[in-house]
Amino acid sequence: MANVLVLAEIAKNNLKAVTLEILGKLNGHQVEVATFGEVNDQIKADLKKFGAKAIHKLKGGNLDKYSPEGYANALNGFIKSKSYDYVFAGSTSLGKDLLPRVAGMFNAGMASELTAFAFNGDKFVGTRPLFSGKCLADVEILGPKPHFVTVRPNALGLSTSPTASTGEFGEVAVDAGVVKAQVKELVKGTSEKADLTEANIIVSGGRSMKSADNFKILNELAETIGATVGASRAAVDSGYAPPAMQVGQTGKTVSPSLYIACGISGAIQHLAGMRTSKVIVAINTDPDAPIFSKADYGIVGDLFQIVPLLNSEFKNLLGK
Amino acid sequence: MNIFVCVKQVPDTETKVAPSADKNFIETAGIKWVMNPYDEFAVEQALLLKAQDATHNVVVVRVGQVKETEALRTALAMGADEAVLVESPDLLDSYCTAKALKGAIEKFGKKPDLILTGKQAIDSDSLQVPQLLAQMLGLPSVSVVVGFEKAGDKITVKREIEGGSLEVYELSGACVISCNKGLNTPRYASLPGIMKAKKKPLAQYKLAEVGVSDSDQRVKYSNFRLPPEKPAGKKFVATDEKTQAAVIKEVVALLRNEAKCI
Repeated sequence: MANVLVLAEIAKNNLKAVTLEILGKLNGHQVEVATFGEVNDQIKADLKKFGAKAIHKLKGGNLDKYSPEGYANALNGFIKSKSYDYVFAGSTSLGKDLLPRVAGMFNAGMASELTAFAFNGDKFVGTRPLFSGKCLADVEILGPKPHFVTVRPNALGLSTSPTASTGEFGEVAVDAGVVKAQVKELVKGTSEKADLTEANIIVSGGRSMKSADNFKILNELAETIGATVGASRAAVDSGYAPPAMQVGQTGKTVSPSLYIACGISGAIQHLAGMRTSKVIVAINTDPDAPIFSKADYGIVGDLFQIVPLLNSEFKNLLGK
Repeated sequence: MNIFVCVKQVPDTETKVAPSADKNFIETAGIKWVMNPYDEFAVEQALLLKAQDATHNVVVVRVGQVKETEALRTALAMGADEAVLVESPDLLDSYCTAKALKGAIEKFGKKPDLILTGKQAIDSDSLQVPQLLAQMLGLPSVSVVVGFEKAGDKITVKREIEGGSLEVYELSGACVISCNKGLNTPRYASLPGIMKAKKKPLAQYKLAEVGVSDSDQRVKYSNFRLPPEKPAGKKFVATDEKTQAAVIKEVVALLRNEAKCI
């Protein structure tokens, strides 16, 4: 049994689902949670239900907003006061940025972007995609403890039968130290939808969208089924969509429950970024498009005819 | 200002990856090596700064195999001034890579005022080196940057977070910035640039010379394998407008009842 700390991310009073995915997978170990966010009763209950023995709310000056140095200094101090074997976080914008810095403070090893992990006795083995998912490998962490791990959202899934723990809540004073890089302003994105990397459903458009305006039909479909809209590199490089929407090896790697590829031929670098989607629907006029080799349901046809039909059929199904 | 740009050489994005026979890495024969695409944005950012002030010196640093030096030659041809290569085996882990970069920058002897990197390498996809390097050098860092402005000593950068939102940071003094797509449009190397690059200085160090030893290994990979292939899916032809509606009805029903994902 290992002593584990899980960094819980709370944004706008919502606990990120990846935190609970990690907790569920760690059942059977001594697991504590630390967070910089506001822990409301619902979040406390969820963390407890999924096996958190203790919940540490880290408090101190200059920690109201994220900063790589401030959060790292604070977390470093907190971890040093305890004896954890492992520190886990979600592979989110914050987790990806913060955890390597903290690992560096301990001269410790870190495994990034795991999609699965297991303890064989005392030995920890993770699984992770490399080359954007073109291949998988096992990963072990060497050197001094604690060992650091980030886990990709949507990869583990939520445990259906988690073992609850005591979830004892307490506040801990921490020191942000010297912060040279400070957030001055937060510019909201245009989308209130889940980020591509955390989305449950993604509707993506490729070169065949022909223009930025035509993404409107994808937005309408996305609205109906609660999806986030993505794009292929071809669509981004043609100026139909901003880089933040790009799925693929030079964009985001995603693993939603449902991925609907519209007018995307399926270049190898795009397939690398979305192949771990649980169910893939592809719409393309070319019956030989490589995307069909990865699709669970392929529709050979013109996306400008198919997408609106799909939208109205989903509306019927969902009673909208 | 001394600007260091850290670059990695990676297989081209069109590469079909296959595990090596011993499964400890991938089969590297026949691979086309290129500069990591995200590093191109870092090189370009350095050159944009140099265009504003020609006294800036741009040094590109790479840790990796010596057999091909495509990434460094590309950066020099684009307009970087000098290059440093630290000779290492494939698949050096992030901790060793960051330590080697730190050692190389220190050994090179010019104090860094700005260090630029790509946000991640598209082969190992770890997203650790920029932040580790910053921590090891005691510098602030901002990662996944899509906006960069410099006014006097002050640098304002925009970091992309979830949902396309941006965190705006202000910094002064040395720092590590990791660059994302959208920051700029990397230039192509010109023919004169390529010719000039051949005469530019390239320092070469061994790992031991930059302070990295076997005991620094922190991550061990094994059992490289291809992801499991999905069984073949169902394909429907909906090119005829008369049958389209029926096909769509069927697919939506399958998504609900068979795939259970909607």
